[in-house]
Amino acid sequence: MTDDTTVRPDSGPGAPVLAATGVVKRFPGVVALDDVDVDLRAGEVHTLLGENGAGKSTLASVLCGAYQPEVGTVFRHGRPVELRSPRDGLAHGIAMVHQHFRLVERFTVSENVVLGDPQLGRWLARGAIDDRVASVAETFGLPVDPRARIHDLSVGQRQRVEIVKALYRGADVLLLDDPTADLTPQETEALFVTVRAMTAAGKSVVFISHKLGEVVEISDRVTVMRGGVVTGQVARVDADRHELARLMVGRDIDLDAQQFAAGSPGSPCLIAKGVTVRDGEQTALDAIDLEVRAGEIVGVAGVSGNGQRELADVLAGVLAPTSGVVEVNGQPIRSARAARAAGVAYVPEERLGTGLAPSLTIGENLLLTRRRGALVSRSAARRDAREIIARFEVKAPGPDARCRVLSGGNAQKVLVARELAGDGQAPKVVVASAPTRGLDVGAIEQVRALLDDARRNGAGVLLISEDLDEVLAMADRIVVLYRGRISLEADRASADRGAIGRAMAGIA
Amino acid sequence: MNDNAWIIAIAASIGAAIPIALAAVGAILHERSGVLNLGVEGMMLIGAMAAFLAADAWGNVWLALVCGVLAGGALGLLHGVITISLRANQIVTGLALVIFGTGLAKFLGEPVNGLKRPVKIDPLEVAGLGDLPILGPVLFAQDVLVYASIALVVAVSLYIYRSRAGLALRAVGESPAAADAQGIAVSRVRYVHVLAGGLLAGAGGAYQALARAPSWNQEYTINGLGWIALTLVVFSNWRPGRALIGAVVFGFALRSQFTFQTEGIDFPPQVWLQMAPYLLTILVLIVTSSPGARRRLGAPAALGVPYSRDER
Repeated sequence: MTDDTTVRPDSGPGAPVLAATGVVKRFPGVVALDDVDVDLRAGEVHTLLGENGAGKSTLASVLCGAYQPEVGTVFRHGRPVELRSPRDGLAHGIAMVHQHFRLVERFTVSENVVLGDPQLGRWLARGAIDDRVASVAETFGLPVDPRARIHDLSVGQRQRVEIVKALYRGADVLLLDDPTADLTPQETEALFVTVRAMTAAGKSVVFISHKLGEVVEISDRVTVMRGGVVTGQVARVDADRHELARLMVGRDIDLDAQQFAAGSPGSPCLIAKGVTVRDGEQTALDAIDLEVRAGEIVGVAGVSGNGQRELADVLAGVLAPTSGVVEVNGQPIRSARAARAAGVAYVPEERLGTGLAPSLTIGENLLLTRRRGALVSRSAARRDAREIIARFEVKAPGPDARCRVLSGGNAQKVLVARELAGDGQAPKVVVASAPTRGLDVGAIEQVRALLDDARRNGAGVLLISEDLDEVLAMADRIVVLYRGRISLEADRASADRGAIGRAMAGIA
Repeated sequence: MNDNAWIIAIAASIGAAIPIALAAVGAILHERSGVLNLGVEGMMLIGAMAAFLAADAWGNVWLALVCGVLAGGALGLLHGVITISLRANQIVTGLALVIFGTGLAKFLGEPVNGLKRPVKIDPLEVAGLGDLPILGPVLFAQDVLVYASIALVVAVSLYIYRSRAGLALRAVGESPAAADAQGIAVSRVRYVHVLAGGLLAGAGGAYQALARAPSWNQEYTINGLGWIALTLVVFSNWRPGRALIGAVVFGFALRSQFTFQTEGIDFPPQVWLQMAPYLLTILVLIVTSSPGARRRLGAPAALGVPYSRDER
């Protein structure tokens, strides 16, 4: 190529393979995307960075055809295209890997991969299909067994199947929605190797994340979003973590401030001995021995689904173990009522439904655990609700707002405040499951400060979190849960990220 | 009791199994798409009534059969609109369909209630093989729908497990979101199979009216066959071959009563047979609403859950 002017702007190297301009998408009560522009070039990793609710996933859904924008146009190789469904997206070579995988659990890997392939013959030739799927997987260095059933695979393996699905259908644009959320550090590294192999082969990747470290590592360009609008775009060479964080949250934040002083542990206040939970043939917890002392935070790390939910429920008395005992300050815990009486505060993983009653007001939800007595005082409930709304900057229409109208973060603030910032009676034991998941940075700081306060007031805190950084920043001791067993136990001082990551993946 | 009576009973139990088998295979296709079908009983009744009325009006048994099939299909389509497009609760609409089908069949069938059927489906004589001892009456002296139904069961099994369309059907029933993401038109797949469920339930009802029941009786012509079919769907683990075997067992139980009765023996006790549809209804409702039982029995994972792409 000698003359630059012969290169058409929409087909030359570096020109966008996929773009969207002026995209507006509304959901009932929310503007998810407000006049958003984005473009993707061949062979690049373009990251959409933002907090939960910033509109990243919605934008990706528009780009793959799952959502139709109300206003705005999607361009493929410079030409406007109308994507009415994921089928249209696939026909244009655009595939999305959803955060919650779209896999049929009872099917084999290759059945999932060939599903919906228009080139597939009328009758299934299993041997030939398995061979073809295996060869596509090998091309990109993605080891999967085509005959394995999805329900037998780990999260990392399932994600590989999702990527193989996209590659099998000939996609050259892959949208990865928060792909590292459920991965161990090692699995994340493996994913990045695959991503680089794909871009080296000329494919383009849209990477959606809210983890700054990863974003700086993998991206060629970063588009930052907040509240449905684009707040900035930077190339990797310019990417500065503090600048990205500022664009993401809308104000300056100190990334390193979130370190907490170690506690001064006293005597054990929460003891679990040989706790086993079985559901049918599934063993959710297998003879767990655990001790939390007063004035310390024990962090439970691990990929979700390895028994965390059951462990939290058992310790809070909500779930009766198949065998084993739980004691709080010598009192056996056999019911949620007994746990409450012994001073256990519980922040469950499921905020609405388990933590808060969605159809009750904020005040009524506070009453559930506060101000015991035969008669309830509505005015006192409102007063409590107003105080919490003001103190934790809860975005709510008022103390009589029903909890179901609150966003996830605001509901969590109400829940944590009810459990931890009670009226005088400080909790003796706190069981908190994923307490900061999906919260914005400000709310995360408040929730962590409350947990830290509880520790300093002498409570034994069990912090179950998928966010390894959070566990490392807060916990005095760390245990790793893998397939219902404790696969590693370490003090904060001796905690090693690599070892924890391997323990999370079950590699001894 | 002589051997002959038993051979006749076995031969007849296969015939008695056909209405149940047709409805069960239809319900398997229907439910494999993820749409619960508690309305089988209503669809069978409508099919039977339409077939009987058509036979009464035109005197042609095949035309009557087609009318029964189409009437069942119409009810299936209605069920599809309510559950797929309007996304209504599938337990409630299924039960409503039974009430609606029963009421409509009674209302429209009132003028012919108690009438003897004007025409019937006759057994074939397969090139004299029907005269063979034992095997003859059992295997070679059935009517054409018996053979067609057995062929249908084989065809539907191949379709579900070996064809591309069957793969899409199973995917839609297990995980509509996964199917949708792969470009499968979830609603279309569901409509087609809900319609198939209605057509086959209508066929089962029509066969019962035209080949089994000697006269139209709004209380007794169908009387719980739909619920038996649904029970078979559940306990066959949504597999057509097993449902057919189950249907023959039920057919045999229904016929044995008859055979024993001529000897003055009440076995299986009539009171139990009469209770069966109601007991089975309760059993089906308990099983289909218990997550643990559903998982163990291999129910389609998305059974009973309406699908909407925009849900957040």
